[in-house]
Amino acid sequence: MASIEMQGLTKTYPGGVTAVDGLDLTIADGEFFALLGPSGCGKTTLLRTIAGLERATSGTLLLGGRDVTTATPGKRDVAMVFQDYALFPHMNVQDNIAYPLRIQKMALGERRAKALETARGLGLEELMDRRPGQLSGGQQQRVALARAIAYRPQAFLFDEPLSNLDARLRLEARTFLKRLQGELGVTTVFVTHDQAEALAMADRMAVMEAGHIRQVGTPSDIFHRPVNVFVANFIGSTPMNLLPATVAVGADGAHLMLGAVRLPVPALAAGLLHDDGEEVVLGFRPEYTDLSTEVRPNSLSGPVVVVENLGATALVSVETEVQIVQAVVPQGDEPGIGEPAWVTPQHARALVYRKADGLLVAKDKENGRSVEPAAGPQTEPVPT
Amino acid sequence: MSVKAAPRPDEPHAAPAPDKLKAAPKPDNLVAAVVRRVLFYTLLTLVAAFFALPLLWLVFTPFDRHPSLSVKLPEFTLDNFRVLLDSPYALSSLKNSVLIAGGAMVMVVVFAALAAYALSRVRIPGRDALLYGLLLLSSIVTGTAAMVPIFLLMFQLNLIDSRTGVSLVLAGGLLPAAIFILKDFMDATPRSYEESARVFGASPLQVLRHIVLPIARPGLATIAVWALVNAWGDFLIAFILLRDPDKSPAGVVMYTFYTEGGQANLPLISAFSLLYAIPVVAMYLFVSRRYGFRFHGGIKG
Repeated sequence: MASIEMQGLTKTYPGGVTAVDGLDLTIADGEFFALLGPSGCGKTTLLRTIAGLERATSGTLLLGGRDVTTATPGKRDVAMVFQDYALFPHMNVQDNIAYPLRIQKMALGERRAKALETARGLGLEELMDRRPGQLSGGQQQRVALARAIAYRPQAFLFDEPLSNLDARLRLEARTFLKRLQGELGVTTVFVTHDQAEALAMADRMAVMEAGHIRQVGTPSDIFHRPVNVFVANFIGSTPMNLLPATVAVGADGAHLMLGAVRLPVPALAAGLLHDDGEEVVLGFRPEYTDLSTEVRPNSLSGPVVVVENLGATALVSVETEVQIVQAVVPQGDEPGIGEPAWVTPQHARALVYRKADGLLVAKDKENGRSVEPAAGPQTEPVPT
Repeated sequence: MSVKAAPRPDEPHAAPAPDKLKAAPKPDNLVAAVVRRVLFYTLLTLVAAFFALPLLWLVFTPFDRHPSLSVKLPEFTLDNFRVLLDSPYALSSLKNSVLIAGGAMVMVVVFAALAAYALSRVRIPGRDALLYGLLLLSSIVTGTAAMVPIFLLMFQLNLIDSRTGVSLVLAGGLLPAAIFILKDFMDATPRSYEESARVFGASPLQVLRHIVLPIARPGLATIAVWALVNAWGDFLIAFILLRDPDKSPAGVVMYTFYTEGGQANLPLISAFSLLYAIPVVAMYLFVSRRYGFRFHGGIKG
């Protein structure tokens, strides 16, 4: 087992595209770490650079304290599970699982025995003679995992291993993978574009955008305190309400003006907004939004335009004076279409971002996590 | 038809239902259909006969006591083969054919596999232009047109009258097309297979041996058969580059089977033709059974 440490890691492709830009990140030993970001943000390139399939342009990569920046993939002692699983179609399951051992020149009988042992742990022992083409997607995924486990690596690298499964199977595989990682205790880096997957599985995660890490933290940190508008927008299964507002400083302190509506400054930003007329963005999740069908002071209001059933809850869209605002209400409490409704962000959960740089307004101590500039070279303080 | 659709109002003259047509065809149509069918099958039979007759000649004549150029049921004998065994060059020429064609085949398969793999994986500017250029030159500037420069080249390389030389020239002629075809097979192998093996520590040669070649095996088998058949049937290159009749392959030796009167020696030629054809047919059947490529239709059973 090993930690993974990146210092100023940069990958520039020959065409001049910088996919990973001066990254500093430490992934602790035994940690389940998710790299999350929209497509093209460099997360897969970063994973491939850790695996050695891409050579870093500059910077250092340490695996378990050993400098492997220029080592070939085979010398890094990491196992990678690819998005398409990359099972060898001309070998049966047993030979596929035993392949890493074949490379290590283990005797045939011994490696077959080890493959069978690994396969038993994943419930694959019945399928040993099948070809990958004869397996279902979920089985293929487990074979790919078994092959990685048989290698006994210092770290696992997963490249979107769940994206080829159907929705139901994906949920099962998520639980299975998390449990497996916990039992094996092997450092795991997991690339995904699905924020729900990252939140559900990771011990810690990094949100990437355009080759930079925008935020590192536990899923709970990132969900509750996204450090900038990008992260706020990207995280959450229902998108966060992000409303333009201006700061109004009066005799009774600062307030936020959304059009003509006057809202108190949320708890997290209290005492930090001093400039009258400063433009900010008020963010609040639909889950942390109170909706009322009766008149309320200091709240946004308008007719209900859409009601989406989410099962136990419903997502209500209200066309307010500023823009459409969404709120999650318990099933049964949702108003009818066209009815007037009043929405207010929950004071303790709402967030304020400065419009100029898109960063969260919060006391650094209170925030407890890195707040990095949106532009310029990234220096990522690593929480331990 | 279980549901009878009422004719739509905007189609007052809708065609009658097809089952009605089938049940009561007009007599004129019937006659025309039968005549058409008879003509069609007659034509097919003629075409089939045109192609079958030479094959029948090849099968029957070697066993005929009085071989001629016509196809007839043989008065059975094995004498023709006895004469063939007495001929000084007949059997050794088959051995030469195996050496020359086998050598060319091995070279084509090995070099085409390596070149196709490299071309499929390495990004170099002008790669596709290079491939098309090779293919174009090799198919337009064929052996005949390039014979003089090839002869001079082989002369300078001291490879005149050498079976290795003939194999090399044949392989050179077949390689561009082989590379072109094999590159398609290599392109079809996902990169992630190789990357996966590399992460587990496989060397490039191991990747080739364990992953790429096994997956491209149907392609390699196709290329092997194709190269062998082409080299086996070659006449011109061996005829020009070889001097010693002891080294001549079957295609060239057959050309020398004449009687003293200058007539084609039909007993010898017919028997030899059969022997000459058998290895290639056997090889095709073997590879077809083993690797299962089918030349007829692409529907998976």
